[in-house]
Amino acid sequence: MGRQTEQVRLRKDAHRMRRSALSDIVLVCIGLPVLLGLIGTIAPAFGYLPALGGNHLTVEPFRMLLTEPHLLRSALISLTTGLVTTAVSLVLVMLFTAGYAGTRTFSRIQHLVSPLLSVPHAAAAFGLAFLVAPSGLLLRLVSPGLSGFTSPPDWLIPQDAFGLTMMAGLIAKEMPFLFLVTLAALPQVPLAQTRQLVASLGYGRVRGFLVGIWPLVYRQIRLPVFAVIAYATSVVDVAVILGPSLPAPLSVRIADWMTDSDLGMRFLASAGAVLQLGVTVAAMVLWRIAEAAGSVLLRSMSKSGRRGTDDRLVRWSACAGMALSAATVFSGLLVLLLWSIAGLWPFPAALPQSLTLLPWIRALPQIATPILMTLALSAGAGAIAVLLVIGLLWQNRFQGRRAFQLVLYMPLIVPQICFLFGIQIFGLILGLQASFPLLLFVHLIFVLPYVFLSLSAPWQALDTRYEQMAAALGAGPWRILLRIRLPMLTRAWLTAFAIGFAVSIGLYLPTLLIGAGRITTITTEAVALSSGGDRRVISVYALLQALLPFIGFLIASLVPRLLFRHRRVMRI
Amino acid sequence: MNPDGKTDGLQLRQIAISLAGKPLLSLSATVRPGEILAVMGRSGSGKSALLSYLGGFLDPAFAASGEILIDGRDLTEISAEKRGAGMLFQDALLFPHLSVGDNLMFGLSSTIRGASERRRLVEQALVEIELGDFFDRDPATLSGGQKARVALQRTLLSAPRLLLLDEPFSKLDADLRQQIRDLVFTRTKALKLPVVLVTHDRSDALAAGGQTITIGSEP
Repeated sequence: MGRQTEQVRLRKDAHRMRRSALSDIVLVCIGLPVLLGLIGTIAPAFGYLPALGGNHLTVEPFRMLLTEPHLLRSALISLTTGLVTTAVSLVLVMLFTAGYAGTRTFSRIQHLVSPLLSVPHAAAAFGLAFLVAPSGLLLRLVSPGLSGFTSPPDWLIPQDAFGLTMMAGLIAKEMPFLFLVTLAALPQVPLAQTRQLVASLGYGRVRGFLVGIWPLVYRQIRLPVFAVIAYATSVVDVAVILGPSLPAPLSVRIADWMTDSDLGMRFLASAGAVLQLGVTVAAMVLWRIAEAAGSVLLRSMSKSGRRGTDDRLVRWSACAGMALSAATVFSGLLVLLLWSIAGLWPFPAALPQSLTLLPWIRALPQIATPILMTLALSAGAGAIAVLLVIGLLWQNRFQGRRAFQLVLYMPLIVPQICFLFGIQIFGLILGLQASFPLLLFVHLIFVLPYVFLSLSAPWQALDTRYEQMAAALGAGPWRILLRIRLPMLTRAWLTAFAIGFAVSIGLYLPTLLIGAGRITTITTEAVALSSGGDRRVISVYALLQALLPFIGFLIASLVPRLLFRHRRVMRI
Repeated sequence: MNPDGKTDGLQLRQIAISLAGKPLLSLSATVRPGEILAVMGRSGSGKSALLSYLGGFLDPAFAASGEILIDGRDLTEISAEKRGAGMLFQDALLFPHLSVGDNLMFGLSSTIRGASERRRLVEQALVEIELGDFFDRDPATLSGGQKARVALQRTLLSAPRLLLLDEPFSKLDADLRQQIRDLVFTRTKALKLPVVLVTHDRSDALAAGGQTITIGSEP
């Protein structure tokens, strides 16, 4: 009897070990490339890159780096861009949530903001550029009537020296991201009760929320916030389109060095990537200080006993900020549409004088190959990610596994440019230059975290009694998964796929570096056009780039509706 | 759906369940075919944990021991789907993505083969509960009583060897409640199924007409 129990126990242990194997594999598949990539990026900075004849330790690359003109300025732009973008986005989301969570306005803005997440960064940036440029739509609307301009002024916008346009573009894209992670965190805090409590004590909505609920919410969205810092300090595509050019932000210059035809520049690029890592870490350290200051401020707010009952101004400005940033992206897309079908459109006419499909007809033959490549790459990465995440969720309970979350977020918290270069070099050593499988794998690293985040909440929310019921009816684990759980979660995993698909489409730097110019997607092609400045062609590319992810979400919303058109509960 | 005649009852031997080292319940009982064992206790007494243990999906946070014998065979190491332990919950839990008929098809034992034979049996089962032309209906459009009847029929079609009831009547309103309760008890008695009913309602226990065990302190 005793031995039998022992055997049972052993069998159960073996079962458990097998079950965690998949999560370990996924952790290794994400963590190892990031770590190796970091090493592979940092080593050449100290002269070690045997493939290019670097085999002794030296600080020469750093000396080269320091002789680069305006290096400090580039680094400072990157640092401030990261901090300002994160701070403005977070404060907007915080105040808006404080003022409106639980109201009808909240869900209205939520519906307005959510689709923004599917608009790729590059497309949003082009849209913004065509809105605010001296010959952009905004100035056309007030010219010559209000402004008196009959020809575009020679303002340096976008690409202004302080990177303000770039920050605006980043805020418009990062704010929806932070908003959605906040939305995901809200159900886990006692929102309604706390609201009632602080209101009964006489506190205004905003102040009551900030003191009573925000710390709980912030604790949950901290990793995403740091991901935004990492992204905004090291972004390349948005910076190429909207950022200053002389000097360009650090990341843009590094990307130039990395793709330079002179292979000797790789050492310089490596040293630059180490500096980039330093800039991002510095931004995170500064953010931690700001966090501490913020918490002191909150504590003194709660101790002061002041009620802050009249917070209409704060509330309204936060709401206006959210709406404005959403409106900016949408009108940006509209301007792109106008330009893509514009015939003659001289300044300061607000609308084109004639419409033509010529830009589309001219662009489509060249664009077909990149689009097919994008579809193969992104659909592949999205599908593999969904399968992996389903496997992970099916076999394990993850709640409370901080290590798993941390590794999952690693590709988002380490600046892309700091480990992609290393991966590229390892690919070179392994003879995998510009190979589709390697590129697919790298896309997968970035897609997995988002797919996991999107699917895990609905997965855990499904009433497990359905599965118990199915088991009691004699269904085995596979049958339960395929006949009960996955069909019931159709909308959730389709949405997760659409998110993975969209993330993959938007990836610029990974595709640029790993694809090495030989594998091009709609995104790399669109960004490459930005220097040329043909608005019609750019608009066609940017619109197509925005259209593809949108189609993904459309499918995710239509398919369940069609499949379950006779099932009332499944349509919601 | 016919009991195979081999069922000579359910024996629970020294079942003990504890949570985080704190004992929740311990009991031994014999439930003969067609008999209903009512287990009473207030919420938090471990009633549901007992049913989960019998059904084979006890949360690993609980520690449980004891033998569950059916025909003298111990079920404890057998996985949930092979136990033949039918379950009914507070909610009907009809699978929302399947039609009423497909819900029954899902339940119908796989020993019955052939699409047309399976379809025939399900149609017949629907007629039995007075839902003759409901095969293609969306379960969401059914009334509470209709859902409860479909849920019962789905479980019985899976040819269980015992039945576990987790307060299955508590969400129904009074007259419906008695009607469904009578239906369930009549059917299980006719099929000679041993039944374990967990409830906090004394009238359920009385209607069951068998032995009653109270766990935890008196409710």
